[in-house]
Amino acid sequence: MQRQKRKNPVLRTRLPTLPPAARSRVALGLTAAAALGRFELQQCRECGTVQYPPREACQKCLSIALDWKAQAPEGELLAQTVLHHSNDLFFRERLPWRLGLVKLACGPTLVSHLHGEIKGPSEKVRIRAMLDRAGQAVIVALPDKENADMADDRQLREFTCDPKHRKVLVTDGKTRFGQEMVRSLAQAGAELIWVGHAEPWKKFAGFEELQKISQVTLVPLDVTDSKNVRELAAEIAGKVDIVVNNAEYHRSFGIANRQGVETARAEIDVNYFGLLRLAQEFGPAMRSRGADGRASAVAWVNLLSIYALANFPSHGTFSASKAAAQSLAQCLRAEMRPAGVRVVNVFPGPIDDEWNQLLPPPKIAPPALAKAIVGALREGIEDVYPGDVAQEWLARWRDNPKALERELSA
Amino acid sequence: MTALTQFIDAFSSGSIRVVDLTQTLSPEFPSISLPPEMGQAWPFRIEEVSRYDERGPAWYWNNFSCGEHTGTHFDAPVHWISGKDLPNNATDSIPPQRFIGSAFVLDCSKEAAKDADFLLTKDYILKWEAKHSRIAPKSWVLMRTDWSKRRDPVEYQNYDEEGQHTPGPDVEAVKFLVAERDVLGFGTESIGTDAGQAYHLRPPYPCHYYMHGAGRYGLQCLTNLDQLPPTGAVVIAAPLKIRNGSGSPLRVLALVHE
Repeated sequence: MQRQKRKNPVLRTRLPTLPPAARSRVALGLTAAAALGRFELQQCRECGTVQYPPREACQKCLSIALDWKAQAPEGELLAQTVLHHSNDLFFRERLPWRLGLVKLACGPTLVSHLHGEIKGPSEKVRIRAMLDRAGQAVIVALPDKENADMADDRQLREFTCDPKHRKVLVTDGKTRFGQEMVRSLAQAGAELIWVGHAEPWKKFAGFEELQKISQVTLVPLDVTDSKNVRELAAEIAGKVDIVVNNAEYHRSFGIANRQGVETARAEIDVNYFGLLRLAQEFGPAMRSRGADGRASAVAWVNLLSIYALANFPSHGTFSASKAAAQSLAQCLRAEMRPAGVRVVNVFPGPIDDEWNQLLPPPKIAPPALAKAIVGALREGIEDVYPGDVAQEWLARWRDNPKALERELSA
Repeated sequence: MTALTQFIDAFSSGSIRVVDLTQTLSPEFPSISLPPEMGQAWPFRIEEVSRYDERGPAWYWNNFSCGEHTGTHFDAPVHWISGKDLPNNATDSIPPQRFIGSAFVLDCSKEAAKDADFLLTKDYILKWEAKHSRIAPKSWVLMRTDWSKRRDPVEYQNYDEEGQHTPGPDVEAVKFLVAERDVLGFGTESIGTDAGQAYHLRPPYPCHYYMHGAGRYGLQCLTNLDQLPPTGAVVIAAPLKIRNGSGSPLRVLALVHE
């Protein structure tokens, strides 16, 4: 994919439109799985039939005992068509558009968006349930074999938030993770990366290395300072396509082992109010650029924590601040969705950093976390649980939230 | 004619000049940094309440927040453990007479320019006195270093791997000013009354330790000391009346007779 020509500044910026978003409650099961990057279809507990589209009862035996279960994402293209006309505002601006019928190995036949490299019927394809710009799951057929330029496909890029050719703000470059995030984004082809650093008089390790990355511009950014956030947004918000908000304040205290509220307040000020300040100042400009060509404003990533789901008492006030941030991020998600800008929430287990020094491994390494986030942007995932610890806790939480609460407080 | 009417006459006629020794309170102004595991003072922050808009149609106002030791600020004796049990040791209980005093301004700007870790010594003070005048009791001693001219916060804070490098007094100088000159307090342009590396002096932070231990005060983050004469200026430095406050941001004014 060639870098897009610079935008013609005398032309009006196209307003964002969304693909059809209405879904029944039962159909949201597909969305719930796709948000995690999973492909799940309804499967009948009685007769084993896998069905699509989602329904209230089994199409074969009418049982209502239907479970959402991971299915092998493999199938064969039966037929294809190219839309040259649509009355839907979203698609009529993106014509021509390729669609196909895919017969899955597990049974059902699905209407799918077709990747450009799929040549035609009887070809083996891979299926992915992906969130579209409206935040709803759709079925996308990909070529059976991956290749390096696959992500550049025009249709696929409407479902992903690929950093390639995009301009990114990483809010905190002072942490090891922030620096790995910047490196990963640079490797993924981000065009420009603004990197925030608070309290510029405090020197930090890795500063010189960051400056050597050609895409990087260091900007003073302290998310506790509204004026600073406002002024930086005034300067760059109209150009930012992806925000990665990794600014975080983390101390390991519960209620009883820290006097007063000052540490907890600092956590809330960075982890919750920091997100609120950034969202208020960067959100409006990004919403106006949700359809600004092939490198439009596209994603907002929040570094949350698995402790947002259930409190980890030895990091109790930190957990609470992340739970608050998660709730606010849901609000942001709702407010950004009309513009097609995806809010990606990341829920890592303990990161291998100085504030988790006393926690025994496994801890997610900063490079692995950065890689997971770039992967999520490329695959259009909305809720990211990177690494084994986060995946395990997610499974436990989904199975029994009360049990996880007890286990974390053991 | 009373002294006060004479003063007002001189003031009105312009023969008394007011010098503002205060840095502007803003979020960008550097704050005191402690090791990250310790409790931290709030930096100055400001949030708009309304600005002639739907939040308040005809008025503009802000909420601000900061620690007691933010920007140009006053240190009360209770700030330090050595002064914790003294009478009248907090911002609300210090007798208000103490908020006005004459100032003796020691110009160490050349030395500080050469050496960021410059320590003001007793010997230096004695030589200064020989040239100017003996420091009078109940006066402010202000250490001019031109540090306030470092407008870049990185230069102002001047950190490296071993911490902060800013000038201040040494142990003997502080003891001398307290015991033999009976000063009101000690003021600096940098972020502390003590030097940046004063943690490594014996005792650590001697200016805090001895000044506050003897019921004296501190002023830091002062500016415009280069506009003061070595002797003869009067400093007005009244902290906010915070109950049992350990210090307070304040407006510090100096009166200078032309």
